[in-house]
Amino acid sequence: MADAALGRAGSMAALPDRSLWARLKSNREWLGAWFMMPTAILLLLFLAYPLVKGIWMSFTDARIGRGGAFVGLENYEWLWDDDVFWLSVFNTLLYTFIASVIKFGIGLYLALLLNRHIPFKAIIRSIILIPFVVPTVLSAIAFWWIFDSQFSIISWSLRHMGLIDTNINFLGDQSWARTCVIFVNIWRGVPFIAITLLAGLQTVSPSLYEAATIDGASPWQNFRHITFPLLTPIIAVVMTFSVLFTFTDFQLIWAMTRGGPVNATHLMATLSYQRGILSGTLGEGAAIATAMVPFLMAAIALSWFGLQRRKWQHGGSDA
Amino acid sequence: MSHFDRRTLIKGGAALGLAGATNLLDFAKAWAQASPFKPEPNSTLNVLRWKRFVEAEDAAFMKMVDAFAKATGTKVNISNESFDDIQPKASVAANTGQGPDMVWGLYSFPFLFPEKCIEVTDVADYLGKKYGGWVKTAEAYGKYKDKWIAIPVAFNGGYINYRISAVKKAGFDKVPADTAGFLELCKALKKNNTPCGFALGHATGDGNSWAHWALWSHGGNLVDKNEKVVIDSPETMKALEYVKQLYETFIPGTAAWNDSNNNKAFLAGELYLTGNGISIYAAAKVDPSKKEIAQDMDHALWPVGPVGKPTEFQLAFPILAFKYSKVPNACKAFMAFMLEAENYNPWLEGAQGYLTHPLNAYDSNPVWTADPKNTVFREASKRTLAAGGESPVTERTAAALADFVVVDMFASYCTGAADAKTAVRNAERAAKRIFRA
Repeated sequence: MADAALGRAGSMAALPDRSLWARLKSNREWLGAWFMMPTAILLLLFLAYPLVKGIWMSFTDARIGRGGAFVGLENYEWLWDDDVFWLSVFNTLLYTFIASVIKFGIGLYLALLLNRHIPFKAIIRSIILIPFVVPTVLSAIAFWWIFDSQFSIISWSLRHMGLIDTNINFLGDQSWARTCVIFVNIWRGVPFIAITLLAGLQTVSPSLYEAATIDGASPWQNFRHITFPLLTPIIAVVMTFSVLFTFTDFQLIWAMTRGGPVNATHLMATLSYQRGILSGTLGEGAAIATAMVPFLMAAIALSWFGLQRRKWQHGGSDA
Repeated sequence: MSHFDRRTLIKGGAALGLAGATNLLDFAKAWAQASPFKPEPNSTLNVLRWKRFVEAEDAAFMKMVDAFAKATGTKVNISNESFDDIQPKASVAANTGQGPDMVWGLYSFPFLFPEKCIEVTDVADYLGKKYGGWVKTAEAYGKYKDKWIAIPVAFNGGYINYRISAVKKAGFDKVPADTAGFLELCKALKKNNTPCGFALGHATGDGNSWAHWALWSHGGNLVDKNEKVVIDSPETMKALEYVKQLYETFIPGTAAWNDSNNNKAFLAGELYLTGNGISIYAAAKVDPSKKEIAQDMDHALWPVGPVGKPTEFQLAFPILAFKYSKVPNACKAFMAFMLEAENYNPWLEGAQGYLTHPLNAYDSNPVWTADPKNTVFREASKRTLAAGGESPVTERTAAALADFVVVDMFASYCTGAADAKTAVRNAERAAKRIFRA
C-alpha cells in the first residue's frame, strides 16, 4: 500500500496526465459545441424543419385535412402556366425593386441629415423610428382607411379644397393600389434603413473629412470618395435585410388589399397563403412559397458579390 | 338508444309540463331528460363560431348556450372569430387533430375535410322528422355521400338592399324581377347619381353570392353535375357581358370591396342599392342617426335571369363536430338542442331576419311577418342553389369558392385586366386544376 501511495505521489510530481474528461472539459471546440446546442435545437426545430417540410410538401398534392402523395414537379409545372402566379412574381419583383430603391434613397438622405449636429437630435431620431416600431397590421389598417375608395381622408380633403371632383379610387384601381402598398411599405421601412445607415455613418472617422476638406474636396466628393465606400458593408447588410423582408412581405398586403384588386397586389407570400390555407391546396401553396427561394438567394448573392468583395474590407489593401 | 318519436316527445313533454314551460331553462332540463342525445357527464365542449353581425342574435345564442350548459352539466366554451378566419382555423384543427370540438362556419367548409367530421345522420333525421323536413339545399350542405357530416343550422339570406326613394326617382315602383329590367334600373340609378355597387373583391360572402347569381342566372356554370368543367360556354359570355354593363353603373372601388365595404357605404348614404344580408337594415334600425335610411330602405328578391328560375346563392352556416373530439355525444346533443323550437324560434327572432331556417316548420316564425321588410328573407333557403350549382358540394367546390375563381373572372373582365376570352380561360384553367380527378 505504501508502494502505491509512493507511486501515486511520484506520478503527481511528474507532469499530470489528465483524464479524457478533464481534457474535454477545457477543450474549446467541445465546449463550444455544447454551448451552441440549445440554439441549434431551436433553429432546427423552428427553422430547418418547417423549411424542409415545406419544400417536401411542394412535391406532394397535400391538402388541408389529409396528407398527400408524392407528385414530383407537378405543382411547379402547373404554376409555370398559371397567369396569376406569374402576375404575383411580377408584382413581388416590382414591389421589392421600387420600394427598396426609394427606401434606400430616402433612408440614406435621412441618415446624412441626422448625422449633422442639429438641435433635439436624440428626440428626432426616436420619432423617426416610430413608423417602423408600430405593429405592421395596425399601420396597414390605418392606411386601408386612409386609402378607402369611399371614405378616404385624402379624397375628402382634396375635394373640399376643390382640387378634384370625385373620390380617388385608391384601392380599387390596379395601378393606384400598387402605388399605395408601395407607399406604405416605404413609409414603414425607411426608419430601419435610416437608423442603420446612421450608425454606419458614425463610424466614419471625422479626420478623413478634415483631411479631404483641407485638400479642397467638395461635399459631393466627400460623399463619393469617403462616405460611400466606407458605408458599403453596412449598405450591403441593411439592403439585404430590407430586400428580404420586402420580398416576403405578407401582413401589409393582406391587411390592406388581400391581394386585390383582381390580384394586382398579390405577392408570392399572399398568393401562397390564399392557395395553401384558404383554398386548402397545401402542396400548391408550398410550391409558390418555395419558388421564392431562388430569388432570395439571388438577392443575397448580389449583395455579397457586388458590395463585399473589395479587398480592404477583408483586411487586405485596396489595389 | 330507445325508439324516439313525436309521440314519445309529446308524452314526455306533457309529463314534464313542456306545454306550459315558458322558461328556457325549464325546457332545457326537460329536454336533457328526454333527448336521445346525452352528453358525456362532466364534459367540456369547445365551440368556435363566426363573430356575430347582429348583436341580438348573439345574445339569443348565448342564452341558449347557457340553458344547455345548466341543463346538461356540460361546460360550454364559445370562441368567436371573424368570418374569414373560421375556415383557416378549422382547417388547421382538422389537420393537426386538436382544437375546438365543434366549429360553426360558413359555406361548405366541412367538405374541405369530410373524413374528419363525426357522422350526424341520427341528429339530422331526428330534426327532420320533428320539424317538417329539411329544404333540399340543406341536404346538399350537410350530406357527404349519403351521410350527414354537418348540420346546416341556418342560411344567411342575402338579397337586394335598396333605397326606396332612389328606386322611385329612377322611375321604378319596385326592383324588377328580371335581370334585363334590373340592369335598366341600375343604369337609371347611376344617371341620378344614386349608384349601386356589388363587391368584386375577395369578399367571401357578398362577392361569391352575387357573382354566382350572375353566372347561374344566365345559364353558365363552373362545373356540371358530374364535376366536369363547363365554364367556357356562350352562357358564360352572356353573363360576362351582363356583369360588365352592370359594372359601368357601379360606384367606384368595388374591385377592392370585402364583405363590410357595402354595409359601410350604404349606411353612409353613398350607396343606394347592393346585395347584402339583413345586417344593413338591422344596423340602421338601432342607430338613431340612421333612422331615415332604415325607413327609406327595403329588400327585394334577386331577379330571375334568362334561365327562367331563381338561381340565388345563399350561404349556409353548417356546424360540424370533429372526430378527434373527446365528447361526441355532447356535440350531437348541442346540435340537436340548437334547432329545437324553443331555442330556434327566439333565436330566429333575435337574429331579426339575418338567419333563415333550413327546416320547413319554421316558416311560421313571426320574425318573417312582424316587419314586412323581413319577409323576403324567408325564401332564402328555398330559392337558393347549393354551392356547386349543379354539382354536389365537395372539397373541390369549397376550394373553388375560397380561391374566388368565379369572382376573379368577373372582376378581371370588368376592370379591364383581361379580355373576355382570357378571363374565361383563366377561370377554366383554375377550375380544371381544382376539379381534376
